[in-house]
Amino acid sequence: MERVPVLKIGDFLLVSIQVDMEDQIALQLQEDLSARIVETGVHGVIIDITALDIVDSFVGRMLSTIAAISKVLDAETVVVGMRPAVAITLVELGLSLNGIRTALNVERGMELLARAREDELFLDLGDDDSAETDSDGAAVRS
Amino acid sequence: MALSTEASSRLAAQLDEHQDKISELWVRQVAATLRGRLSQGELDRQIRELFRALRETLAAGTTQLQGDGGEVRALLTELSRARALQGFTSTETAISIFAVKEAFATATDVFNAESQAMGDYISFGSFIDELGLFTFATYAQAREEVIADQAEQLLELATPVVKLWDGVVAVPLVGTLDSARAQVVMERLLQTLVDTGSPYAIIDITGVPAVDTQVAQHVLKTVVAARLMGAECIISGIRPQIAQTIVALGIEFGDIATKATLADALRHALRRSGNSDLVRRGAARREH
Amino acid sequence: MGFAGAADAGETIVISSDEDVVRVRQLTRTVAVRVKLSLVDQTKLVTAASELARNTLVYGGGGSAEVTVVDSGRRRGVRIVFSDQGPGIADLDLALTDGWTSGGGLGLGLSGSRRLVDEFDIQTVVGEGTRITVTKWSR
Repeated sequence: MERVPVLKIGDFLLVSIQVDMEDQIALQLQEDLSARIVETGVHGVIIDITALDIVDSFVGRMLSTIAAISKVLDAETVVVGMRPAVAITLVELGLSLNGIRTALNVERGMELLARAREDELFLDLGDDDSAETDSDGAAVRS
Repeated sequence: MALSTEASSRLAAQLDEHQDKISELWVRQVAATLRGRLSQGELDRQIRELFRALRETLAAGTTQLQGDGGEVRALLTELSRARALQGFTSTETAISIFAVKEAFATATDVFNAESQAMGDYISFGSFIDELGLFTFATYAQAREEVIADQAEQLLELATPVVKLWDGVVAVPLVGTLDSARAQVVMERLLQTLVDTGSPYAIIDITGVPAVDTQVAQHVLKTVVAARLMGAECIISGIRPQIAQTIVALGIEFGDIATKATLADALRHALRRSGNSDLVRRGAARREH
Repeated sequence: MGFAGAADAGETIVISSDEDVVRVRQLTRTVAVRVKLSLVDQTKLVTAASELARNTLVYGGGGSAEVTVVDSGRRRGVRIVFSDQGPGIADLDLALTDGWTSGGGLGLGLSGSRRLVDEFDIQTVVGEGTRITVTKWSR
């Protein structure tokens, strides 16, 4: 069976969906991704759908599920590379991908995740001063 | 009045007999209506071909445009399309065919002919009428294609998407927006977002005189689609009447950013993009 | 034009597994390209085909999809007929409502697909099955 590879790039995991998604592949991906998030301790997941020429409600549901699972494991998900024709179709279909962040491409996705992470750390700083020693170090960058 | 096989062969014989005279009169009459907008050589060639095809069709005893009349039909199609593209009117085009009737009548001196020849002439007349109607239809079809092509070209011209700043593209809409054009704009804009990697798009509607529900829906769908792709749209230049229409139609603009001018929209986009990080970081540090 | 002849007769795919849904998508795409639908229209039609094929599989217990090229004289288009011998749909109005679902999906299958095509027809008999016909025309 085909498998969707999960790559670690910097502080993020990158999932590039190239194949026609089917139930089994989707389930396998959810499993692989959850394991990798825990294993690597990353806080951001980028799902690249540049290669997908359609997104139907099945794929939409899969994306939502992945985002929700990642969230529980303290990782933010951003979906990148949606094609214009796909976006127009999704609007007509009525699928809004609620709860999923999107960006135009992988770089913009990384920026978005970095910014979201910073915001979160700033909030932590407000609650608790000890967060300044956070090993991540993002909050104390000048 | 249908053309009998005997009548059509008699007519073919007449055409043979008076070939030169008919051709000459035919060409002369058509040339008079076209008034030099078509070269004499071109016209001679067209009429000669038509004459030959017409003669052969009649000689074969054909009274239908379909089937054996195929060659006449093909010639007429070619002629009508050419006339339409060259900008001749439908009347001028049809006269190119109808003129053969008078040429025939004069050349064969039909007014002094015996009753059988007169009967043949009347049948010939209705056959030519049929050809004329076919010419009309083909002409109209060709014109419609021309119009459709032009509309498409106009659509391309009228919807430029420009890069305004690093990360900001804009589409200034000018003129009436119909559903088809709104759709083209939408697709073009979204594609430009991808091509330029711009997370901000400004839709400026200063030049749009009126907005109806359908067009507003297209704009809204564009905004939602852009959002799905990870970009933000800002609508600028909403005129007072349009604002009133939007509210009166009950169209929900929700949390879509709307600005008075293109400049305001650009400022908004810039503040939200690159610079926003600095602004926010500074603010956060001050709070500490 | 050699290709068009084949499609005029219609090509049928039996839907009995996940891979068949993928095959319906691929066939729909090929035929949509052949009749020169715009990219957006291709995407809309293939998405609708995917939704309906999955419906046929999940709710109809399997069935078939027949993809045909249609010609109205002025325009060409693609017509797809999905049929199954499943339980049928008891309340059609409800099934065509946004957000309603009987199978744990997002509830956009029927209502959403209807918005993606130019013509949508559904015939269903409880206990006998469902037949959905969709058409998308070139512009």
